[in-house]
Amino acid sequence: MSVLEVSNLTKKFGKFTALDGVNFEVGSGEVFGFIGPNGAGKSTTIRVLLGILKATEGEVKLFGKDAWNEAVEIHKRLAYVPGDVNLWPNLTGGEVIDLFVKLRGGNNKSRREELIKKFDLDPTKKCRTYSKGNRQKVALIAAFSSDADLYILDEPTSGLDPLMEKVFQECVMDVKNRGKSVLLSSHILSEVEKLCDRVGIIRQGKIIETGSLSELRHLTRTHILVETKQSISSLNELQGIHKIEETDQGLTFQVDTEQLDDVIRHISQFGIEKLESAPPTLEDLFMRHYESKDKSEGKETGGVR
Amino acid sequence: MDQHSFANTGKLSRFILRLDRVKIPLWIMGLAMFTLVVPPAFDNLYKTQQERDAITETMANPAMTAMLGTGDLDNYTIGAMTAHQMIVMTAVIVGIMAVLLVTRHTRADEEDGRIEMIRSLPSGRLSYLNASLIVSSGTFIGLALVIGFGLYGLGIESMDLEGSLLYGAALGGTGFVFTGVTAIFAQLSESSRGTIGWSVAILLLAYLFRAITDISNEALSWISPLGWVSKAEVYSSNNWGSILLMLAVSILLFVVANYLNNIRDLEQGFIASKPGRRYASRLLQSPIGLAFRLQRTGFIAWAIGLFVLGASYGSIFGDLESFFEGNEMYQQMLQQAEGASIVEQFIPTLMIVISLIATIPPVMAMNKLRGEEKKERLEHLLSRAVSRTKLIGSYLIMAVVNGFVMISLSALGLWSAATTVMDTGLELGMVYSAALVFYPAMLVMIGIAAFLIGLLPMLTSLIWIYFIYSFFVLYLGNLMQIPDLVGKLSPFGHVPQVPIEDVTFMPLFLLSIIALGLMMISFVGFRKRDSKN
Repeated sequence: MSVLEVSNLTKKFGKFTALDGVNFEVGSGEVFGFIGPNGAGKSTTIRVLLGILKATEGEVKLFGKDAWNEAVEIHKRLAYVPGDVNLWPNLTGGEVIDLFVKLRGGNNKSRREELIKKFDLDPTKKCRTYSKGNRQKVALIAAFSSDADLYILDEPTSGLDPLMEKVFQECVMDVKNRGKSVLLSSHILSEVEKLCDRVGIIRQGKIIETGSLSELRHLTRTHILVETKQSISSLNELQGIHKIEETDQGLTFQVDTEQLDDVIRHISQFGIEKLESAPPTLEDLFMRHYESKDKSEGKETGGVR
Repeated sequence: MDQHSFANTGKLSRFILRLDRVKIPLWIMGLAMFTLVVPPAFDNLYKTQQERDAITETMANPAMTAMLGTGDLDNYTIGAMTAHQMIVMTAVIVGIMAVLLVTRHTRADEEDGRIEMIRSLPSGRLSYLNASLIVSSGTFIGLALVIGFGLYGLGIESMDLEGSLLYGAALGGTGFVFTGVTAIFAQLSESSRGTIGWSVAILLLAYLFRAITDISNEALSWISPLGWVSKAEVYSSNNWGSILLMLAVSILLFVVANYLNNIRDLEQGFIASKPGRRYASRLLQSPIGLAFRLQRTGFIAWAIGLFVLGASYGSIFGDLESFFEGNEMYQQMLQQAEGASIVEQFIPTLMIVISLIATIPPVMAMNKLRGEEKKERLEHLLSRAVSRTKLIGSYLIMAVVNGFVMISLSALGLWSAATTVMDTGLELGMVYSAALVFYPAMLVMIGIAAFLIGLLPMLTSLIWIYFIYSFFVLYLGNLMQIPDLVGKLSPFGHVPQVPIEDVTFMPLFLLSIIALGLMMISFVGFRKRDSKN
């Protein structure tokens, strides 16, 4: 069952089309990664989900309810952390956390204390003295100390140090283990890879790819590092081979996943001494999508999908 | 708009009240004190009805009516006197208070992304707007009651309970109206600066419109919300109709604000922002260019505003002239100064007010430096090839030029309007020198602002307290006969009253030297101190 359904969502600001027929859904207990470059429409989508912006067209449902008309009911079961957290400069972090928790209607003192400790936040300081990371911690603590069913996190770690990023990841895993759903918009691809069951890539207001990581990897290339007894001949004549490079450790190249079998068969004739393969990272996938639009006439060998 | 649109309004109201728990009582106390010190002072000065009737003679002229609004001069009791001389000015301050309080919790919170956080919680679309409307309304009900009962509590004979409560209600009602005006501009404009700018523009327009219509066609003053304040005729006929009108209009404004909020997207406005330039113009590419650019809109707005202010004072000179021609007693009373016509003798009094108002924009221009520092934007400049001397120098030049332009434009406005309406006309040189004598005093104010920024950055806002002090002693000093010495503590108290007095060199020279000294110290201080926010 999906907690979040977006179908054919279009949002226009005057003549500018920010979102153009966006479709995706997030299942119950699923962590969904939402990635895309700056200005692609991630935050706009999230604001429509929150009922802050009204969709020009299309249907947005959370928990089966309309995001705009039943925003208040939905928000009782939802927690949100914006990427750019602005707080009231003359309130302390502790006060803001309590305010947010109180407005939602829940009350979980012990979780609040535990999270404050985990995130190493001094809740007695005024918000004006907080750095970006600390303001983000306030929003994260407020979100995770509430008992929500869906967490919407918009680039929540952009100001956190690696240690705190790890704490954040634990929090996400924790809510996931409790069967809650998470929509995580992020730029940090390693984080998305680590946490997300499925990802959606948005570009210029359109979702250009959705699926589980393994499904998406299918569409991309595996990195191969190989050392052979005899030097490999006519490698570049094979289909689906990219970026061949001679290094000190051996020969590296990338292979389209569909062609992997043929390539391995070919190179095994030359006596493999060492073979390392790395799965394609999300970054490759990401970069490939952006490159693909910029270089319609690819300089690289091999076809663009 | 279903009930969900207002979910959690109560909690948010309490929250906003908590955020402003210091600010609101301070405003109310300040305004109450400002109001409550006046009647006892009048009571002391004008002990008998005869003395009070005598003062009506100086009050019954178009200049005073334009400045203060209409009053019950036939029955000039202490109450009527207080209402006449104080209520419109206080109402203007109440209007500014409403604009600032409401902007803070509507567009300013929205612009900073705080309303986004609130809206992601189970609170309604219209909750935050209405919470801030509730808090603001509560504040002005409180203000009305404090001032109403406070005035009654002074125990002055002519100030009965009904009149006192009406006095408070007229001020509170003005607060309601400008709460509504600001709430609407918070929807229309895309920034908090825009919201404040538009709302204050409406307030000034209301004041000017009232000033002009009060002396030309009193019935038309009903169009201005500030006209309703004098039309309440506090302590004479006690017209509660004005208050009803204020309430009706503000409810209408509240409803419109809610409607506009409901149909718009978050962080959008109705007054469209046009796309900006792709490249920085040549003008912008220097610290002083940046300093100017950051304040350009405000500079232009103030320049227009001061010209209009000068012109609206100037436009009453025609009425003033005909008024004096038919009044023998006046002619005797004022015929002390040689070489200046009767009308011209009003110029210094007007110039004090004009020059004080013209001091606001240059001081703001100087303080912008501190504002930029607080927002940590100076770092961008100081981390590049810009010296601190150059930086503070840029802002200082901006402020000094700003002040000169402002005082010149207001003098020009006064002269051009006065000349068109008068039979004989005024001499431009005379009007201009009457204005320009205040320039050294303005420079001292700019100097003090610079000095504070250079040496005591945390106390930058002290300049406004000193400014309010100057305004208080010089504006009210005329009305209440405050001892001279108190006025001399302000640079404006040393300015010769041109054209009644001659332009004396010494005080102006000394003021200029003091200003220069303060500015030089500010350079040294700014070079040496840490940058802090």
